[in-house]
Amino acid sequence: MRQAPLPPALAIALPVLGAASILLSWQFLLPWLGVPAYIVPTPTAIFGVFRKSLALFMSNLWPTLVEALAGFVIGNLAGVLLAVVFVHSRVLQAAYFPIVLFFNTIPILALSPIIILIFGLGMTPKIVIAAVICFFPTLVNMIRGLDSASDSEHELFRVLSATRREVFWSLRLPRALPMLFSSLRIASATAVIGAIVGEWIGSDKGLGALIIQASFNYQSDRLYAAIVLSSSLSIALFAIVVLVERRVIKY
Amino acid sequence: MANAIEASRLDVGYGGRQTAVKVLSGLDLTVAAGSFLSILGPSGCGKSTLLRVVADLLDPLGGTISVLGDTPHAVRSRRDVGFVFQDSTLLPWRTVRDNVRLPLGVGQGSLTRTIEDRSDELLELMGLAGFGERLPHQLSGGQRQRVAIARALLGQPKLLLMDEPFGALDEITRDRLNDELLALWRRTGTTILFVTHSIAEAAYLGERVIVLAANPGRLVKDLDMRPFKQDGNRCSREDPAVIAAMAELRGALERAS
Repeated sequence: MRQAPLPPALAIALPVLGAASILLSWQFLLPWLGVPAYIVPTPTAIFGVFRKSLALFMSNLWPTLVEALAGFVIGNLAGVLLAVVFVHSRVLQAAYFPIVLFFNTIPILALSPIIILIFGLGMTPKIVIAAVICFFPTLVNMIRGLDSASDSEHELFRVLSATRREVFWSLRLPRALPMLFSSLRIASATAVIGAIVGEWIGSDKGLGALIIQASFNYQSDRLYAAIVLSSSLSIALFAIVVLVERRVIKY
Repeated sequence: MANAIEASRLDVGYGGRQTAVKVLSGLDLTVAAGSFLSILGPSGCGKSTLLRVVADLLDPLGGTISVLGDTPHAVRSRRDVGFVFQDSTLLPWRTVRDNVRLPLGVGQGSLTRTIEDRSDELLELMGLAGFGERLPHQLSGGQRQRVAIARALLGQPKLLLMDEPFGALDEITRDRLNDELLALWRRTGTTILFVTHSIAEAAYLGERVIVLAANPGRLVKDLDMRPFKQDGNRCSREDPAVIAAMAELRGALERAS
């Protein structure tokens, strides 16, 4: 049997208490157990280095933010547009979808050096890597979404003599939006991963570069702070997607 | 114009012309304009297929069909035909009013007449005044079907095709909608083709009931219900003559299955 939902006050309080319990045991239990600070610095130490070097963190957050955002927009836009082409041309879909599928099986870490080889060391290759990572889930979800209208819905539009354009804007696209948003949610996290992976391989700027430098120099407090910051960036992007989704999809 | 539909030796199937699985075979059918025809038959007998041919959603393989004295295609282009599906096919992202208005928003390019926005009037007619701003998921199954009927009526079609529209509803709601549909039919004078699985529903609504048999679909029974009906096509569900007619239809249906 399914459990009854928690009362609202508890539903908010419990995750807060859960996080607090983890942070508290991290802060006090780990040092007490003898875990050295160069392996796991305490939360206050991480917060301290964050406050001390705020300018450094912000200057490295900025390029990662730009790369992730640009990659997010470009990758998803490309996925949506190609999906529109594919659902309107079965021939093109049959010819090229398997190639896209094959392309997707190449691990992004293996692909990244090639992308850097092509686009050099600036922001462009990072944007491309973030875009490539976002592209595929959106393409697949969007194809499925655009095809998800039922037979009777298509018949309804046919009875009304709707044009292909009308069927697209009034039926296929609104039908696809829930699936598009579920892939945008995934992409909000993967775009940041893409940007950071790009920065690992060839950059001296950005959160990825900061993570690499900090780990080479055993600056573990700085390393942890950079990780917290990059996950905050993903969460912020995710929250924006969810807010837009709530405004757009009301049913 | 005396006849809404004239079909002669109609063959309909799916697949290519040679390899086709025939769904309807050699069907002859004439439906008088303004009449209410119920279509009964077992699954796979081609009831829905017949409606789809009339609505120009499907081309026949052979034979001829004329709808309102014209080709199905011309009739569809003129928006003279309305279709109500088994599932209401309301677009979940549109409000009730915007669903009813869908015919105003699409397919206007091929239209020669202007369609007025009678959405408020139709919502009131269907007992949905005050529901215009709701979303479909906030309605009951019966209300959703009422919206679907209002949408089909927006273009003032001369022919209304209904494919088991009340099949998923509970019996009380279904009886109520049957009465509302009859009232609507008397008011508008629209020709109605009504496909159903229910013998009682077919007999109660139709001026005439036809029974189709399956494999391949063909006409096996054609029953005039008008002798059993009082003013306005009403009949009593308890009238012994109506019960006898229903038994006759059941017999035909059992032989057809």
